[in-house]
Amino acid sequence: MPGKYHIETKEVPPRFNAVGRFGIIDLYETCARGCRNCVKKKCIYDIHKKEFDFAHSLDRPTEFMNECMNCLMCVQNCTRGALTRTQNPEYTWLGNEYWKPAIIAGIWKMAATAKLPVSGAGYGGPFSGPGFDSMWTDMSEIVRPTRDGIHGREYISTSVDIGGLPSNLEFSPGGELLGEESPVIELPVPFILEVPPLGQISKNVLEAMARAARGMDTLFALDAEDAEEFAAEFAGWLAPRVKNSAIENHAALIKSVRMVCLEDSPDALDAVACVKAINPGAVVRIRLALGDGVEARVVELVEAGAEAIQLSADINGDIAYSDGRVEFIKDAFRRIHSLLVDKCVRDRATLIADGGIAMAEHLAKIIICGADCASLGIPFLVAMECRMCGACSRGVECPVNMSEVPPEDGAWRVMNLAAAWRNQLLEVLGAMGIREARRLRGEFGRAMFCEDLERDTFQKIFAGA
Amino acid sequence: MSMTIENEIAAAPATREIKTAPSRFRNQIGAYKIFRSENCIGCGKCASLCPHGVHERFGDSGKMVRPRDYRCRGESCRSEEYFCINKCPVGALSLRRNPVYSTLGDHRWTADLILSTWDQAENGRITNETLESELGASGGGFDKLRFRFPAVPSGVDPSDVDTSLELNRRSDDPAAHKIKIDVPWYGGGMSFGSISDNMMVSRARAATAWNTFTCTGEGGYPELLRPYDDHIITQIATGLFGVREETIQRVKIAEFKYAQGAKPGLGGHLLGDKNTADVARMREAVQGTALFSPFPFHSVYSIEDHKKHVDWIKAMNPRALISAKVAAPSDVDMVAVGCYYAGVHIVHVDGSYGGTGAAPDIAKKNIALPIEYAITRVHNFLADEGVRDEITLIASGGLRSAHDIAKAIALGADGVVIGTSDMVAVECIRCGNCESGRGCARGIASTDRELKHLIDVDYATQRLINLYNSYREQLVGIISRLGLRSVAELRGRTDLLMHLDYSKPE
Repeated sequence: MPGKYHIETKEVPPRFNAVGRFGIIDLYETCARGCRNCVKKKCIYDIHKKEFDFAHSLDRPTEFMNECMNCLMCVQNCTRGALTRTQNPEYTWLGNEYWKPAIIAGIWKMAATAKLPVSGAGYGGPFSGPGFDSMWTDMSEIVRPTRDGIHGREYISTSVDIGGLPSNLEFSPGGELLGEESPVIELPVPFILEVPPLGQISKNVLEAMARAARGMDTLFALDAEDAEEFAAEFAGWLAPRVKNSAIENHAALIKSVRMVCLEDSPDALDAVACVKAINPGAVVRIRLALGDGVEARVVELVEAGAEAIQLSADINGDIAYSDGRVEFIKDAFRRIHSLLVDKCVRDRATLIADGGIAMAEHLAKIIICGADCASLGIPFLVAMECRMCGACSRGVECPVNMSEVPPEDGAWRVMNLAAAWRNQLLEVLGAMGIREARRLRGEFGRAMFCEDLERDTFQKIFAGA
Repeated sequence: MSMTIENEIAAAPATREIKTAPSRFRNQIGAYKIFRSENCIGCGKCASLCPHGVHERFGDSGKMVRPRDYRCRGESCRSEEYFCINKCPVGALSLRRNPVYSTLGDHRWTADLILSTWDQAENGRITNETLESELGASGGGFDKLRFRFPAVPSGVDPSDVDTSLELNRRSDDPAAHKIKIDVPWYGGGMSFGSISDNMMVSRARAATAWNTFTCTGEGGYPELLRPYDDHIITQIATGLFGVREETIQRVKIAEFKYAQGAKPGLGGHLLGDKNTADVARMREAVQGTALFSPFPFHSVYSIEDHKKHVDWIKAMNPRALISAKVAAPSDVDMVAVGCYYAGVHIVHVDGSYGGTGAAPDIAKKNIALPIEYAITRVHNFLADEGVRDEITLIASGGLRSAHDIAKAIALGADGVVIGTSDMVAVECIRCGNCESGRGCARGIASTDRELKHLIDVDYATQRLINLYNSYREQLVGIISRLGLRSVAELRGRTDLLMHLDYSKPE
């Protein structure tokens, strides 16, 4: 039996202090000065002392420390009531309406420590919500195939395959396999890294992601021109995004990699043939933007032999249709997956989800909705401390200087985040009693959708439906 | 004299008498801040005006005590004759929202719900009606349900309302204890290790005073709980920490914890930091090591195996009631029916938004059903099987108020289990740091020898007794307004509820 897959991690503190949610404000004029009961000395987390030392160090005079644990003990016990807690406005400016501040702050923590988020008290968020928040994963109470999956004896695999599987094998009378074997890449994690569509993508950032892809034995999709630069060291883990017109220009690069990425176009299948002519062992991914008519095109491509298809929504997971409808990526995947199952061609191609995957739970949920794996860019950029503030797109200086990310530390932070996400995926798989990520794909029955539950419960009772 | 844990056993039992139990903190948090400037002349006019006790004069000194602004009703007073801000002869007072208020709470436990729970725990009833004490802001489940109160008074005298709950309904087990609790709730399992012994004893004292129960959780049965044996549920969880024949024999109810709503399918995890010397001794483990309760029970693959569990307990304690605590997967209804056939008296369904001392965030949010969906499923399925009145259905997982309790019962539960409300009553702010380092900085969920003394047993007991009184008063109010006379009559009466999204307006 092969050894258990494991993502190496290393604690890497941030270059810039993370933006904290709350701040303790000291109303200094109210302070009694010299009070022997000063609550700051009694903080069990020693935050006030650390903050004092931090504020008086010459290294980072313009930052805040932001490590308050929010217990309110100092605020509530100060003799003069001189302390108060407020929301940090900078925190509320992080991200956007989808990439909420809590998501970004959570990624930063995981990227620094590799620990999966654990906390006390019950869940404090909304009952349900749009997008991925409208589904829950199921669990098994007593009867379950996996025993002690996460803490003990049985191994839960997160491996997935990229590539097409033939629906049947044909053999000659002499027992020889007929036809060509399709290339399949086995990735130990259900995601590939991808250059995100936003942010300051410096050479250092690209190198960090390439290093992380190698460290985790997954793939990193980046423009072929950039890939050329890193091919010497990382070719086995690069998936160059090649323009149809430039395939011949990158022939040497294509020969050296395991996967090549193309954009969909009317002549996409011809382009695939060109790539295969150069490197028959490479899996070719075709990327389609989700939207009008994409289902029919996916079926057409799969039936014509496409082996890996990436379906992209926008960064928030939304898909805009020409009639004004907006659909979320999970719903599109459920539909397309089901369609391919109905056509009996689902296993002929790998479906890769792109867009709106911001948390580990989203990864599990998109797989349940029919994706084989996901392509992730923004989470790893945020792992390297991007604040999604848009400064770079406005031509303003990046507040965290992404061009100076040390590639090695950046790679560790990417791997830390990936490890934390993988561990969370194991938690979900373990709770469901499912032993491998491959089997999670399209398991709608192991999820519970809010609309179904509302219909079967409250709508039935209160609207008589 | 303030009671310490050491003299707890000798103490007189707590009673249901309501006594004011003020905050243990110097600066209690409220929705508003009142500032008194240096212009104050100490005339005491504000103190004479304010009916809520915000202002007080310091004897005859001509000085004023710092405003007790947590009692302030803020803007709702503006139109009143006694609005202190307008009446101050020298304009020394100013009012604004407390910045801490806007940082307090979350969608489920809003700042108002936390502050209202503190108000009820301090006073034994709701005294600050400007706080929203019935609903959270989760946007679903209980927060979208409302009672359909009749327009004309029902005529039912609240003093005639019966809030008791019979826990043993099985007609095929006449030898088992007949247990009737006075309120339709009991305390959920919180282990020694996840909370302090002071907190455990306080919960047990309050449960005894209200003739209900509290649960040990899975960390063993501290000797300090001996005086309250008749009001303790001992828990048998997968780690079997501290489970002994003698502890099972001393109680009236034993609970198998198959899963917990906040981390269904994952088992438990006590971080090494919280496994102190005392905890390790109780759990018969090595101090400082992380302790896992595996999932599931290694001895249970099926309902038949579960029956063996029940038989095991019945062999040791034939009169004990058996409770099965399960989480809420999609087939929770079948699990519940299986529990009935295995011989349990109580099936306790813990919904996914329930509390925990430590759980992966991904599990708390995403795994299994919220309790609102699970209750009707189980209730209806048990009814269809013809066994509904042979088993007690207890719901838990995210119930925050008396109204939530009433709604859970109207959806089909016989009663509920509360846990987080107990914590909030003793001034938990839900910061979620229960699991880190020395544990709760506020001394609630900590076994640290220094921190645990931040909770005084008398204080905590009284706050819980007060909260239970307030819950009962509100529950009686709801039931009598609906024209009913008992909690039992409310069970399953979804016709008395309306849903904001689906019910037709009347």
